Amino acid sequence: MRDVAIIGVGQTKVGEHWDISLRHLALGPLQAAMADAGVARADALYVGNMLSGELAGQEHLGALVADFAGLRGVEAFKIEAACCSGAAALRMGYVAVAGGLADIVIVVGVEKMTDALGPDATTALAMAADGDYEAAQGISFVAINALLMRRYMHEYGYSHQDFAPFAVNAHRNATNNPHAMFRFPVTAERFARARMICAPINLLDSSPICDGAAAVVLAPADAAHALSAAPIRIAASAVGTDALAVHDRRDPLVLDGAILSTRRAYEQAGVGPEDIDLFELHDAFSIMASLSLEAAGFADKGQGLRLALEGEIGIEGHVPVTTMGGLKARGHPVGATGVYQVVEVVQQLRGLAGANQVPNARTGMAQNIGGSGATVVTHILERMVD
Amino acid sequence: MGVPRNWRLQQQRYRLVGEICEKCGARIFPPRDVCPECEVPAKTPLAFSGRGEVYSYSTVYNPPRGFEEFAPYTVALVRLEEGPMVTAQLTDVDAEQVRIGMPVEMVTRKVQGGGEAGAIVYGYKFRPAIGPTA
Repeated sequence: MRDVAIIGVGQTKVGEHWDISLRHLALGPLQAAMADAGVARADALYVGNMLSGELAGQEHLGALVADFAGLRGVEAFKIEAACCSGAAALRMGYVAVAGGLADIVIVVGVEKMTDALGPDATTALAMAADGDYEAAQGISFVAINALLMRRYMHEYGYSHQDFAPFAVNAHRNATNNPHAMFRFPVTAERFARARMICAPINLLDSSPICDGAAAVVLAPADAAHALSAAPIRIAASAVGTDALAVHDRRDPLVLDGAILSTRRAYEQAGVGPEDIDLFELHDAFSIMASLSLEAAGFADKGQGLRLALEGEIGIEGHVPVTTMGGLKARGHPVGATGVYQVVEVVQQLRGLAGANQVPNARTGMAQNIGGSGATVVTHILERMVD
Repeated sequence: MGVPRNWRLQQQRYRLVGEICEKCGARIFPPRDVCPECEVPAKTPLAFSGRGEVYSYSTVYNPPRGFEEFAPYTVALVRLEEGPMVTAQLTDVDAEQVRIGMPVEMVTRKVQGGGEAGAIVYGYKFRPAIGPTA
């Protein structure tokens, strides 16, 4: 196996891009990443996307994006793993370069959700759940997370208001991120007054429906310094899975897939939670942020929320999370999210995160969760010393 | 969902038929033909009692397509007395009265009302327990 490095990144501002089609949405960050890497060609293109078939009536994105990006002829596929399609695509790019089957690989995550009406997006997102035994009962993805949040509050004695720090932190960080959808701060008081969506989940517990695209370019690490002034090494790329349905899990309040995924990543990188300088976690809903912190070893069961309450998740805290706004405030264009997370970790490790720079960031982790925890892809990135 | 997809789930939807592992005795729902505990084949059918208790619950106001006529409706994770958990709607109860730990029992109700295939889909929902308890 070869070491793999990220030699270029690109991202589009997350938002409602009424004027841009799915294919063109992917092009901006793809070309920006290629320019950043200084490459004009690639051996393969992997497109992370979940909902193009349902919401845009368009599958077969690999060849489509390759063609419109001027890469006609290149090996290209769409990779789908629900909300972690983006990180899954990066994983496939990593496998190709690490295995010596490709030298330059482009990974782009893209999602276009706002062309659809709300109920259609709700229906499409529910496809990440078990079709016969969850979605067939009329459950929405918000409701699945509401079931988890209510039980978490019940078992550990938290109030809903205890979750406010996740939204406050995410919005504070998004304020300084030009690519974020919600560039405004929110207060704990505003969290308390937010509109209830699916009790106990309110609007500020939830990530938005939006459009976005982000891209990275991969190369063998031993060639990276010749290609890039600031390559970032992928120290670990790991996947864990669990039952698709929450009701089939060993314990619904434990993300076994995330535990497996992080454990494998820590082993591969030779690090532990104490070595992680920042953690881009999957805060699709605030309950998922808590469960992620626990599964990744930053807190004991039921104590992930405690970290947030004690102020440890901020830029200067013990475990900075969602440093550029996270899913909550940067936005969650589902199949693109995993690539955004990795692009943001690269920004941090390059020292280009501006006002949100985590001091002396050397090692960062990004974790993208598919569905309610059935597929979890973790990447650990490190600054390379020439 | 199309007619065949619902038709082939009738044993699960109407009678909560799962499986029992002959090796370790685990009760399995939904059926998967392999025991999730000991990972050996498990194909012996077992009809569940339909009794259980609410593990967690919420109310859906913004339903997916096909469920509009029921909204708002309360959904729950129900821990069956045999061990497994199911995701289902609650019925015959006001949302405000639902509590974690509340005993419930399975009933057969309309789950989806027609749609393009034109077939009404019946299946399990759970109501507060009024039948004999175990």
